[in-house]
Amino acid sequence: MSGRLEITFQRLRDKKEKALIAYLMAGDPGLAETEQLVVALEQAGADIIELGVPFSDPIADGPVIQQAAERGLKSGTTLRKILDSVKNLRQRTEIPIVLMLYYNSIHAMGYEPFCKAATAAGVDGLIVPDMPPDEAGPLKKPADAAGLPLIFLLAPTSTPSRRKLVAEESHGFVYYVSLTGITGAKLSNVTDIQQNVQKLKKVSASPVAVGFGVATPEDAAQVSKMADGVIVGSAIVKQIASHQQDPAMVSHVAEFVRSLKTAMAQA
Amino acid sequence: MPTLPDNRGRFGPYGGRYVPETLMPALLELEEEYAKAKKDRRFQTDLAYYLKQYVGRPTSLYRADRLTKKLGGAKIYLKREDLCHTGAHKINNAIGQVLLAIRMKKRRIIAETGAGQHGVATATAAAMFGLECEVYMGTEDMQRQALNVFRMRLLGSKVTGVDAGSRTLKDAISEAMRDWTTNVRTTHYILGSVLGAHPYPMMIRDFQAIIGKEARKQILAAEGKLPDYLVACVGGGSNSIGLFHAFIGDSKVKMVGVEAGGSGIVSGKHAARFSGGKPGVLQGTMTYLLQDENGQINLTHSVSAGLDYAAVGPEHSLYHDQGRIEYSYATDDEAMAAFDLLAREEGIVPALESAHAIAHVIKLAPKMKKSQVIIANLSGRGDKDVQQVARMRGVEL
Repeated sequence: MSGRLEITFQRLRDKKEKALIAYLMAGDPGLAETEQLVVALEQAGADIIELGVPFSDPIADGPVIQQAAERGLKSGTTLRKILDSVKNLRQRTEIPIVLMLYYNSIHAMGYEPFCKAATAAGVDGLIVPDMPPDEAGPLKKPADAAGLPLIFLLAPTSTPSRRKLVAEESHGFVYYVSLTGITGAKLSNVTDIQQNVQKLKKVSASPVAVGFGVATPEDAAQVSKMADGVIVGSAIVKQIASHQQDPAMVSHVAEFVRSLKTAMAQA
Repeated sequence: MPTLPDNRGRFGPYGGRYVPETLMPALLELEEEYAKAKKDRRFQTDLAYYLKQYVGRPTSLYRADRLTKKLGGAKIYLKREDLCHTGAHKINNAIGQVLLAIRMKKRRIIAETGAGQHGVATATAAAMFGLECEVYMGTEDMQRQALNVFRMRLLGSKVTGVDAGSRTLKDAISEAMRDWTTNVRTTHYILGSVLGAHPYPMMIRDFQAIIGKEARKQILAAEGKLPDYLVACVGGGSNSIGLFHAFIGDSKVKMVGVEAGGSGIVSGKHAARFSGGKPGVLQGTMTYLLQDENGQINLTHSVSAGLDYAAVGPEHSLYHDQGRIEYSYATDDEAMAAFDLLAREEGIVPALESAHAIAHVIKLAPKMKKSQVIIANLSGRGDKDVQQVARMRGVEL
């Protein structure tokens, strides 16, 4: 049985399009808004949703996502409530949803109960930024059993042997981190990205998506020429943050996402 | 007894390497370079030279006669890490890691600090070797330890305030990890305690193990026998593991790690991981954590900035589960009483962190025989805390 991720990447390949992966912090400003945003972003051209689970100590994230996590925690968001939201969303949309969450959130729920609940809710993959493949052992078996792909990250500092390891262990797609740094930093060294993505594609059976630092339609267009997917996080979260009090927040954010997808299509 | 940790950085189920992929190559490089340095006679000679001539080791093992008499039980010895250059054991590790950074040709050093002692030690070592240094510190701690902030700046380091979360040690570590992730090619991160991802807990323990190696020799010379008890405070756990490590195989030597009981365990305002925590992953390592049922990290509280942290070194978690080390706690009030007592009875103003160890000795010694012996680790001196204590007592300086 093919998963939603696989079907989406295949459909895009057939249309010669690249995937726009839009990141949202669940519960920022509230889970009801998150659900509205998922539906609106899909209509605006997002192909995959990466849903962040707020954590108190997000070591891989820059200030924009850190503050979004704080807002998410303040609105009372928990992993269980997020899974309920995904379940709600599954009555309205088939867009692939991958969770981006820190290791301790999974550990606290328990590997197996979490994997079962995530699959049952309709989650399509997991990105755990503080879990390199070396530490994935205890999660791998229950994730496999639940049919939940583990998506690993590769960085500019990764050596060839780590590139091979990450490519082998990653399912759904491989997340190439465009820069040596944290989320929301400025995109740099596009030639390096291109070279590293090419090397990665040679050893990876899964599609390659590039994230960190992709902030503008121009960035998205540039990166989409090199990879199978483009991940935009902090730039979207910034839009949500700056329209917190605005009743038209959802449509503002959707408009921004539409501009990203349009630029990618013209690239 | 097998050597800990194993080659994956595991102390039983604890430890490991839970970090973003960007840092993995740097951790692997550090592990490899440290393994080489450990075997390199030149590195060991250099380290021994600086520890002796610059830090002032060996530190003395002082028999605290008046404290012993006052408590009326076991004979009490204090391992005087407060006499190290910069005033605490932290310099043992800072010198070791700066020498490693130089080997790895990294000219920029970053560190986190809670009480400021590790920050001062790192700033000192960086100054002595001419390296650029930036120290991250929670803004709450900067206020509590203003003197140390000024000291670090005097030493030529940049001190960057961290205004996130609880604005204490935990948040300073996260920010330092983010800096390291960004500047990993040119920068070495000198973590200050036996925390974080492998190889840090092992390497820092090794650099601090000199405390116990010296103490073991010194007590055998003074008493002709091993001590009955070792007592040390446990924040991240570097001074305690430093004292305990040389005695781990001596099954008759009992050990107590003293955590920060803050306003008391029932109040929830404390940092006693073994009294109120459970295993989880924070900042690179699997260990006991103060967390809620969803795995969010709890805010901690202690009068002492150096013990005010939600996690504990992974090696301690293993010894806790095995029962090899007993973990207890002292409240803020108990630590303050110990602070006063040591000043008045022995003429030693201890760091508030170390006062937690003394607070436990006050409970333990009277229950022991006069022929028995306790070694307490006096991990740091209290000059940095004098202003805070005065403020708490409403005295304006």
